[in-house]
Amino acid sequence: MTDKTVSLPEERRHGSFIKNNLRNYGMLMSLIAIMLFFQVMTGGTLLQPLNLTNLVLQNSYIVIMALGMLLVIVTGHIDLSVGSVAGFVGAVAAVLMVTWKVDYTLAFIACLLLGAAIGAAQGYWVAYFKIPSFIVTLAGMLVFKGLALAVLQGQSLGPFPATFQKLSSGFIPEILPEAGTLHPTSMLIGALLALGLVYASAKGRSREQLHGIEVEPYAFFLGKSILLACAVLYFTYLIASHRGLPNVLVIMTALIALYGFVTRRTVIGRQVYAVGGNAKAASLSGIKTERLTFFTFVNMGVLAALAGLVFAARLNTATPKAGLGFELDVIAACFIGGASAYGGVGRVGGAVVGAMIMGVMNNGMSILGIGIDYQQVIKGLVLLGAVCIDVYNQRR
Amino acid sequence: MTAMLEMRNVSKSFAGVQALRDVNFSVHAGQIHALVGENGAGKSTLMKVLSGVYPHGSYEGTIIFEGEERHFRDINDSEALGIIIIHQELALIPLMSIAENIFLSHPPSKLGVIDRDEVYRRTRELLAQVGLRESPDTLITDLGVGKQQLVEIAKALSKRVRMLILDEPTASLNEADSAALLERLMVFREQGIGSILISHKLNEVAKVADHITVLRDGRTVDSIDCHAEPIQEDRIIRSMVNRDMAHRFPERSAKIGEPVLNVENWSVYHPIHPERQVIKNVDFGVKRGEVVGIAGLMGAGRTEFAMSLFGRSWGTDISGRIRLEGREIVLSSVAAAIDAGLAYVTEDRKQLGLILADDVRKNITLASLDQVAPNRVIDDIAELKVASDYRNRMRIRCSDVYQETGQLSGGNQQKVVLSKWLMTDPKVLILDEPTRGIDVGAKYEIYCIINELAEAGRGVVVISSEMPELLGICDRICVMNDGAFVGEFKGAEATQEKIMRAIMRNQRSNGNGVPEAAEMGGLQP
Repeated sequence: MTDKTVSLPEERRHGSFIKNNLRNYGMLMSLIAIMLFFQVMTGGTLLQPLNLTNLVLQNSYIVIMALGMLLVIVTGHIDLSVGSVAGFVGAVAAVLMVTWKVDYTLAFIACLLLGAAIGAAQGYWVAYFKIPSFIVTLAGMLVFKGLALAVLQGQSLGPFPATFQKLSSGFIPEILPEAGTLHPTSMLIGALLALGLVYASAKGRSREQLHGIEVEPYAFFLGKSILLACAVLYFTYLIASHRGLPNVLVIMTALIALYGFVTRRTVIGRQVYAVGGNAKAASLSGIKTERLTFFTFVNMGVLAALAGLVFAARLNTATPKAGLGFELDVIAACFIGGASAYGGVGRVGGAVVGAMIMGVMNNGMSILGIGIDYQQVIKGLVLLGAVCIDVYNQRR
Repeated sequence: MTAMLEMRNVSKSFAGVQALRDVNFSVHAGQIHALVGENGAGKSTLMKVLSGVYPHGSYEGTIIFEGEERHFRDINDSEALGIIIIHQELALIPLMSIAENIFLSHPPSKLGVIDRDEVYRRTRELLAQVGLRESPDTLITDLGVGKQQLVEIAKALSKRVRMLILDEPTASLNEADSAALLERLMVFREQGIGSILISHKLNEVAKVADHITVLRDGRTVDSIDCHAEPIQEDRIIRSMVNRDMAHRFPERSAKIGEPVLNVENWSVYHPIHPERQVIKNVDFGVKRGEVVGIAGLMGAGRTEFAMSLFGRSWGTDISGRIRLEGREIVLSSVAAAIDAGLAYVTEDRKQLGLILADDVRKNITLASLDQVAPNRVIDDIAELKVASDYRNRMRIRCSDVYQETGQLSGGNQQKVVLSKWLMTDPKVLILDEPTRGIDVGAKYEIYCIINELAEAGRGVVVISSEMPELLGICDRICVMNDGAFVGEFKGAEATQEKIMRAIMRNQRSNGNGVPEAAEMGGLQP
C-alpha cells in the first residue's frame, strides 16, 4: 500500500452546504417553529420557568425510552411493549420499596436488572428465532400489562421513600450562595456545558482542518456555535430561575450524550446501523447480527425500566394504568425525528427532538385548552406529516 | 410453410452494452425450436423482446406473428395473442392450491363470484392434458419441482396458447420428470403449438428439437435444421463458445508459491432441502500468487461452495477439512473466516455486498473496524484516511468518500466491495462473478487489481460464468458441474471448448443416471 496523504476533496459551494444541512436541521427548526408558535399563542406561558421545568419532568421518561427505541428501530425492529414494561417495573418497584421495605438503591438496581431480563426474553425470540418483533412485543405488551395488574392486585401503591422521589421531583443541590431567585449552581453548570460544547466542536473542526478534511464554512460554524451556546444559556437561565436543574434532566442529558457518542463513534454503534441497513451484507462482513439485535432489546428493556422508575417516582405511586400508551409517543418521537421504518437510518438527536416536539405540542395544546380528543388528532397528523416530508426529502 | 413467428434484425442495447445484434429468428407452427448459447449470450433478452417485457420501441427490428407485424407494449399484449413464457424461476404461490394457481388471474366467474365447479372441471382437464395426476386441491408447496413445472404449463394452457416459451424447464428436474416434460412438448407439437426451448442440456435438445439456433454475444451464429442434417454436439459447442478474444486482459507473469488454502472432502447440504447434497465431497486448493478459476453453468454449486467455505454462510450439515498455510482450521463463523484470512466478494453486491444507503467510507471499513477503532471507539480521522487511500488506489470514482454507495456505478460499487475485503488483508480472496454487470473499462481495472493481489502473494479464486474472462486471467481453471469438479485445466491449455465439453459430458452422464461417473475430478479432455 502506498502511503499517500489524503487528497483534499473538491471545495463544495456554500449554497449546497447549507442545503444539505437544512435537511439535517429540518426537524430542529420545526421544533423551534412549534415552540415559537405556542409561545405566542399561549401569551408567553410556554417558556415560563415553572412550565419549562414541568415540560422537562413530563417528558423525561419519553426521551429516555426514545433513546433505546431508536436503536431498536435502526436495526429494523420495533418494540411495542415498552409502555407495559415501564408500568410493570414501576409496580415491582412499589412492591419492593413500599410493601417489602427494600432499600431504595437495591430496589433501583433490581428493577434495572428486571428490565434487562425482560428485554433479553423478548430479544431472544426476535434475534435467534426470527419471530417478527411486532408480534413478540405485542405479546409482551399484553403480558406485562397483565403482570402489572397482578402485582398491584388492581390497586395503586405508594408513597415511595422520600429519597427515591428525588429521582423525579428533586433538583440538584445548591452549593453556591443564593442570588435572588436564580440558582447559581445550575447556571454555572449550564454555562460550563455551553462552553464545553463550543470548545468540543471548535476542537473537532480544527482537527479536521489539520488533516485536510473539508469543514463547514467558518461563518456557518461561528453562527452555529453562537446559536447553540445562546440556546443552552437561555434554557438554563429559565430553568435556573425556577428551582434549578431537575435531577432527571441531568440523568437525561448524560444519557443523550452517551447514546449520541455510542451511535456515532463506536464500533458497536456502527454495526447496529449496518445491521439495519443490510443485515445480509453485515453478516457477510463478519458482524454478529443476531447478537446485536438481541442486545438492542436488552438495552431497550433497561431504559424502559428506568423510565418506569422515573414515572413512578414522579407520581409517587405505582398504578396499574402507568405506562399506558407510552410506546406510541416513544415510537412517534423516533419517526418524527427522522428514523426510517425500514431500518438503518436514524439519529439520537433526531429522536430527542422528536420527543420534544411531541412534548411541546402536548403541553402547548393543554395550556390552550384544546381537548384531549383534538390533541390526539393533531398529534397523529403531525406524525404523518413529518414522515411524509422525510420520505419526500429522501426521494429527491 | 410460412413461419408462425418471425423476428427480423432485432437489436437491443442496455446503457451502451449491445445485448442483441441483428438477430433473425423464426418458429413454425408445430415446431420445437431450441435456443442455445452461453450465459449472457442474449437468449433471455431475445425472449423478453418477444414477450413484450421490453416494449416496442425499446429495441430495433420487427416482430411478425401469424402474418402481422406486432407492437407489444407489455406481456399482456403478447399473452393475448397466445405467446406464453414459462420462466426458469417458477411464479406459483406456494400456499395456494393447483386450481387457484392456474386460474389466479382469470378465474371463471359469474357476477364476480368464482365458479368453483367450473374451476375444478377445467383444472382436471388441464392436468390430464399435461399428464399430472394430482387433485386440483393439492397445495403447490406439497408438490415437487417437476410437478410444479407441469402446473406452470397447465397454467399456460389455461390461456389460449399458440406459442410456448420454456426457459431452461428441466434445469431443476430429475431425469424422469425431464423426460415426461419433453414428451409433453412433443404432444404439443402434434397439436400445432410452436415451442421455443431454451436449454443447456444438449442431449435433450437433440432429442426433441426440429431446429436449433445458437446465439453468441447477442448474434445468431449458427442455425441447424435437425431434419436435414445430423446433430453434431461438437459443432454446437464450438458455435456457442468460439469467439474472437474481443476483451483484452492485462499481462501477468505468475509467481506461484506454497499452497495457501486446501480443502478436502468438502460436503454441503441444502439448507431448505437437507436431503439434497449440493457440494459432493470435493477437493480444492489454491497456492500463493495463483489465480484459480472456477467455471461452470449457473446452478453448478460454485457460489454455494464458496459461501460454505466462508464461515459456513451457506448450507447445512457441512463437513470436510480446511487447511490454511498447512494448518488445519475450523471456520465456524464469518468472523472466524475473516480473522483466519479468508475473504469472499459476493456475486450479488447490492443485496449481499454493500449497505447502499451508507457512504463509501463506512462500507470500506465495515469488515475491519477494529483497525480504525482503538478501544472500540472509531477514530474518524484514521477511518477517513484509510477510506480515501483505498479510493485513490482503486480509482473509485465518487465525489468524496461521504457519497452514498447506492449512487455509484456498478464498477465503482464493485471497487468499494473489493476495498472492503482488501482492508481485511486476506490470504485468500474468493471473487464471485467479480465483473458481472460492469462495463468493459471497469472490467479491465478489476483484472489489474486481481493481478496485483496475486503478485502480492495472495491466493485468488475467481468464480465466473464468462469463460473468456477465466481464460484471460487464470493460471488454472477448475470446472464445476452439479456440485462436483468435473475437469481441471492449466491456464495455457484450457479452451472454451474443452471446458464446455467437460460440462456437457457430465450433464449427459448425469442424465443417463450415472451421477458418480464424473465425480472423481481431474477428468482430462
